[in-house]
Amino acid sequence: MWLFRRIVNAFRRSKLEQDIDRELESHVEMRRADNIAAGMSPDQACRDARIRFGNRTLTRERVTAVDAELVFDSFARELRYAARQLRRSSAFALTALLTLSLGIGANVVVFSVLNALLLRPLDVPQPFGLYNVAHKSPGYDNQSYPDYLDFQSKNSTFTDMAAYRIQSAALSTANAAYKCWYYRVSGNYFDMLGVQPELGRFFHASDEHGPNSAPYIVLSHNFWRRHFDSDPHVMGAIVDINQHPFTVIGVAPAAFHGTVIFFWPDFWMPVVDSPDYQGTDFLSGRAMHNLWILGRLRPGVAPVQATDNLNAIAHELARQNPDDDGLDARLVKPGLMGDQLGGPARPFLAGIMLLAFLVLLAACANLASLFAARAADRSRELAIRLAIGASRWQVLRQLLAEALLLSLLGGALGAIFSTALLNALTRWQPFPEFPVHVTVSPDRMVYLVALLLSIGSGLQWGLIPARQIWATDAAPLMKSGGAGALVFRRFTLRDLLLAVQITLCTLLVTSSFVAVRGMQRSLHAPLGFQPQGVVLAETDLDFGAHSDDTAKMIQKQMLQEVGRLPGVSSVGIIDGTPLGTGGSTTVIYRLGTSDFRMSNSAFGAKYFYISPGYLEAAGTRLLTGRDFTWHDDAKSPKVAIVNETFARGLFGNSSGLGRQFMMGDKVPYEIVGIVANGKYESLTETPWAAVFFPMEQNRASNTTLAVRSQLLEGELVPALRQALRQIDPSLPFVFHSWPDALGFVLFPARVATASLGVMGLLAAMLAVTGVFGMAMYSVSKRMKEFGIRVAVGAQPVQLMRSALSRPILLLLLGSAAGLVLGAMASRLLAQIVYQATPRDPLVFAGVMITMAVLGLIATWLPAQRALDVHPAGLLREE
Amino acid sequence: MARNDLQGSLDLLVLKTLSQKGEMHGYGIVQHIQKASDELLSVEEGSLYPALHRMELSGWIGSEWKVTDTNREAKFYRLTAAGQKELQKAEKSFEQLVKGIRAVLRYA
Repeated sequence: MWLFRRIVNAFRRSKLEQDIDRELESHVEMRRADNIAAGMSPDQACRDARIRFGNRTLTRERVTAVDAELVFDSFARELRYAARQLRRSSAFALTALLTLSLGIGANVVVFSVLNALLLRPLDVPQPFGLYNVAHKSPGYDNQSYPDYLDFQSKNSTFTDMAAYRIQSAALSTANAAYKCWYYRVSGNYFDMLGVQPELGRFFHASDEHGPNSAPYIVLSHNFWRRHFDSDPHVMGAIVDINQHPFTVIGVAPAAFHGTVIFFWPDFWMPVVDSPDYQGTDFLSGRAMHNLWILGRLRPGVAPVQATDNLNAIAHELARQNPDDDGLDARLVKPGLMGDQLGGPARPFLAGIMLLAFLVLLAACANLASLFAARAADRSRELAIRLAIGASRWQVLRQLLAEALLLSLLGGALGAIFSTALLNALTRWQPFPEFPVHVTVSPDRMVYLVALLLSIGSGLQWGLIPARQIWATDAAPLMKSGGAGALVFRRFTLRDLLLAVQITLCTLLVTSSFVAVRGMQRSLHAPLGFQPQGVVLAETDLDFGAHSDDTAKMIQKQMLQEVGRLPGVSSVGIIDGTPLGTGGSTTVIYRLGTSDFRMSNSAFGAKYFYISPGYLEAAGTRLLTGRDFTWHDDAKSPKVAIVNETFARGLFGNSSGLGRQFMMGDKVPYEIVGIVANGKYESLTETPWAAVFFPMEQNRASNTTLAVRSQLLEGELVPALRQALRQIDPSLPFVFHSWPDALGFVLFPARVATASLGVMGLLAAMLAVTGVFGMAMYSVSKRMKEFGIRVAVGAQPVQLMRSALSRPILLLLLGSAAGLVLGAMASRLLAQIVYQATPRDPLVFAGVMITMAVLGLIATWLPAQRALDVHPAGLLREE
Repeated sequence: MARNDLQGSLDLLVLKTLSQKGEMHGYGIVQHIQKASDELLSVEEGSLYPALHRMELSGWIGSEWKVTDTNREAKFYRLTAAGQKELQKAEKSFEQLVKGIRAVLRYA
């Protein structure tokens, strides 16, 4: 290939020059030898040879210049010509630019998110070889501290392993108190990651000497800047964390934000220290899984090898410790909370990426059909060029230059628009209560992908007319003057492309309709509580270091004070709200169980601790029985309120009221009330059994006040803040309306709906331009024919039929195919979006109407134009 | 009328030489043209090598480093199929040029 060789030459300039030098040298040598043979003296021979050759450097330069001349000449010529051609048909160029920039831009945006979440390594000095140790079954990937120590000390495949968890606490200085999110990490954490402190020092493995031996914290750069005014003398300062004193020993560099992507903590603390009620018990409990393990592979060790190694250790641990029953290990990409985030994000992002790619494909199909039509229109020009000696390859190259020029411009535009969008996304903080930043700013990888996509799509739609050119026979084309007529007899490649494009569009439109409907349903689904009109005030009594008794008193006091506020109709406390931070799982046994083994359990249930009045404040419907009272306390028998699923699970159709069940503490609990089912973990879950216990009979430091009132959030919150501060000024509260707090649980569905909506919109635009282009083209080609038909008495309807039957037929076929595909794809969607089902007459009708409207929009102008035929004028034209 | 300039004639000479003599190095081409034209034409090295390089890039000729009869290293050129076609074109256009110039000279 000439082009390839020239490009290679351009890069191997020095090798080429050496080669030329060698050749010229050999020329001079041969002349010298001939001179000597002719009888000259060696000196003379040499001089003559050199003189006759002339200036060698100049010659060498002239030889190399040939290269550059050929490359740049032909490139520049082709590009100039392409630009001129495109300027001449600016409508086509603009359509192409718009479609391409949208298609490529959408891909770049999706790819950036995928890149940031799944591809980019952790933001630490040497990210390679780092893996999280997860469990084989997906979902819950936390590990216990003793297991971590065993994995760390017994393995032979990792240089080191660190453990960490994320918690929240109240940090107070002399002046202020903040609710913070922080890491508790093993002592070797920073050393294993190879991070260096910006100021002061980090703690090390050698600082750990058993529970509560290292009361140090390392501040994050951001927290230090915001709350310590970047004070360089902060080292040695004592701060209170949940009222326990800790010493600040260092500040982390600005770029380091821990080992969970998107999460920006306030500080780091050794895992052996504990500022909360739970204390350091978990350091010795194998059944308490709350850490993530991060390991660095030894150089040269494959992940498979390491996995086998860890599984052997896990097997041995399971044999020795009953609590480790079923322990196993799997290595996953780090930074995604074990695999808890990566597990669901991967198929979802892959799906969206596929859709984005389909959009681009549809855009290319669109452009290819327009371009092919244009090439057909230009067939006379092309034929002339072939006839005067241009090779087919040259003509093709010309068309490719046009396609590539447009694609690169479109790609550049797309990259600009997606960069703006990504920067906005990076600034966005989706959950006010969590320090989550979606840093998706594009990097080199993203730009490379944009470039490849541009070139790829340029080649794709530029090459489609190639077949046409290859088959072009110059002579007849020049005679007949235009290739209009022969295109319309049979279904062409162009028709196929359009049908494919409409199918893709319908698929995307269907998916987005299904998602939007599911989203709408999930917002009105029975949640088991009424979030509208409720404000939540969240705190943790551990933040104030309260003992059990004072904690209960304080909770009671809060209820009294808040209940007295004007406008508040009801108030209650729950440890953590359903669909929010609450709802751990416990195992339920039937009454009379004596052997409390997992296999003897009835089922698992979500459990919550609530105060009297919570059910009313939350709007949870009590079906039968009673709410808790303040008399359900430590002295009275244990009681519980359960939901319908729970009652049916234990007692079938007979009422469970007044009957009993047991849990791991082997004490009977009496059911005093039954409430309606609800959603507890996610909107897509299958109904969970749930049980509520009175707060007075249990201890819960997490405290969420649910306050129902007629007041607006903005009016209620200041009054609430005031009332609560009087009870304990050291407790930091987070206030938000309950519907806002649900944002977290609705987030995946919202993101899915939004991205599908955007894709659907893009696809719809492409379908309109595709059908429009095709219809417009076919009408414009047949104006003369229409003129004659009108002149001999054809009716407008007949004209319309012949002008638009092809595009409309394609529209119908494509829509039907797309609808079927969309119905199939929706099954995948149902896992993310609540109740996403295509078997919804509204979705079906919505898609049909959308496609019909799109078809109408796309064919309106062409139809107008066909009806506007003036036979006389047209016939005069030629 | 195709390219009927001096560069065109040099291309023609080189291509013809290679078609007659098979493989040849640059020095040999110079010598051959000089001998075959009865010393009437002498090819400048400063024009020959850029031309060879250009024709090679255009795919008309191929090249290979080989050892000469006198045991020297030299770059040998040979005609390709594309070059054969190009030669025919160049010959035709040269004949037209000559015909044309002759006609002009004879015009009275």
